[in-house]
Amino acid sequence: MASATMTMPIETPAEDSAARGEDDSRRWLQRLGASGPRRDAAVVELHGLLLKAARFEIDRRRASLPHLRGDDLEDIAQQSADDALFAVLSKLGDFRGEARFTTWAYKFALLEASVKVRRRAWQGRETPLAEDAWAVLADTAGRTATARAEDTELFGALREEIEGSLTEHQREVLVAVTLNDVPIDVLAERLETTRGALYKTLHDARRRLRTALAGRGFRIEGIREEAP
Amino acid sequence: MNDRDKSKAPEREAVLARLLGPDGPELGCEECFAELDRYVELDLAGSDPDGNVPGMRAHLEGCPACAEDFRSLKALLEETD
Repeated sequence: MASATMTMPIETPAEDSAARGEDDSRRWLQRLGASGPRRDAAVVELHGLLLKAARFEIDRRRASLPHLRGDDLEDIAQQSADDALFAVLSKLGDFRGEARFTTWAYKFALLEASVKVRRRAWQGRETPLAEDAWAVLADTAGRTATARAEDTELFGALREEIEGSLTEHQREVLVAVTLNDVPIDVLAERLETTRGALYKTLHDARRRLRTALAGRGFRIEGIREEAP
Repeated sequence: MNDRDKSKAPEREAVLARLLGPDGPELGCEECFAELDRYVELDLAGSDPDGNVPGMRAHLEGCPACAEDFRSLKALLEETD
């Protein structure tokens, strides 16, 4: 009698890890979808994870808040965790299982904390004027001796197009975010809009500048910022 | 180009890059946030994040706030995993 052989699938470490992640995510959803003490315990545990993420983010950014004491920073962490918990619980239906549940949840806490820190760091500060930005452009253009004439021409054209081709709102957003380093969340709060809406404005302004400069014969292909 | 010029060249490129933004299609901030968890896990696993989430890298090049969120989530996972 021929011996029967069975081929068992061999899981790679990555597949094994992914399977564990799926099981873990399923357990989170089951517990948060339950009722009574089981759900209460899951909510408390989730808040603990979000608080850990918020503290992690605030610790990374504490250099931007030298005037705040430890208690103030802890308050920001607690508020961030509370707001993230509300967001996660109200968006559970959006979780698609394409990453681990904890990774998905962490991003809400990091976002809440980073936005709160940026806003706190800019509290009471004026948004710089456009004139400050023109100084940045002029200073940058004059830095390279061998390319000075070319750069002066390019940066001059840029300023002309920023002033002449963009709408006032596009110009305000572009100058604040790209030349004056105003965080987009801070600007969004001051203009009573969202990060996404402001980025769309920025994107449209950049497209318009690229088109205008290309139309004037400047070679701007390949100019790009390094991804993080 | 002398040494001083060399040291300033990246600044020129950085200012131009910030003003002109990424060249090509990119996600918006809401789409970026929706995909961020998946993108970071793919990145950490070395599983072609840019092939799986087109337009994400360009957005991270163009949006400083979303780029910071990416770096934070990646750093948190690296520390906790």
